[in-house]
Amino acid sequence: MSTDPLSVTFAALADPTRRAILARLASGPATVKELSAPFEMSGPAISKHLRVLERAGLITRGREAQWRPCRLEAGPLKDVTEWAENYRRFWDESYERLDDYLRHLKQRENTHGPGE
Amino acid sequence: MDLVSRVGATTFTTPSAREIVVTRDFDAPRALVFDAWTNPEHLPHWMGPREWTMTACEIDLRPGGAFRFAWDGPGGAQMGISGLYREIVPPERLVTTEAWAGWGETLNTLVLAEDSGRTAMTCTVLFPSSEALSSALATPMRDGMSAGFDRLDARLRTMA
Repeated sequence: MSTDPLSVTFAALADPTRRAILARLASGPATVKELSAPFEMSGPAISKHLRVLERAGLITRGREAQWRPCRLEAGPLKDVTEWAENYRRFWDESYERLDDYLRHLKQRENTHGPGE
Repeated sequence: MDLVSRVGATTFTTPSAREIVVTRDFDAPRALVFDAWTNPEHLPHWMGPREWTMTACEIDLRPGGAFRFAWDGPGGAQMGISGLYREIVPPERLVTTEAWAGWGETLNTLVLAEDSGRTAMTCTVLFPSSEALSSALATPMRDGMSAGFDRLDARLRTMA
């Protein structure tokens, strides 16, 4: 298993429950109890997901023993969305340029004849 | 008909946890598309985002031969891809190993199918290791920001 930061983030994001937890935290900090409410899941099961998110740096948790609110940390997630957006944009724009360039090549072929 | 309307649309899908598949149709015969992908005379004219300029395009087009592409972007940003050609079957198939600067190596298979002078391109990017990486990597692209991600994304913008 790869250990570079982006891979750890990707692994944490691979699970739909963890993505839902992050979406919930986007509107503000929450406790484990609050986070587990929408899911058919036990507290320990949610805690396991939270540990993965914490290790990936996607969330941080408060120090208080009882009330340990989870907070979203934006940094790693921004890296991921940026990567995916950049990848997509790189190829989208390249292919648009290729459309234009192929048109140019076809015109040149029609003018000079193929296989010169 | 169908093919015509599909020209110009790029799709990104993730058929497995290790693959990204990119498809795109071009209004040109595949010999031309293949040439555009493999000829250093052509590549700098299209590969890369619009505001980036290709500064290196080295191609040794034979099995085991190396390639290296580099770009300069806005604000002094730089970007590079390098790799090896594995299989070269003009005008229909090109297999390469490829690494983006700062990224792991992928196995890329480009397949070009021709119909009535048009080309359907399928580019499969296979991640050889780190399945978690590729499955999740694909997630934001495939879902294109699902409902949950939309909110998250909006939130991130306010935090930026």
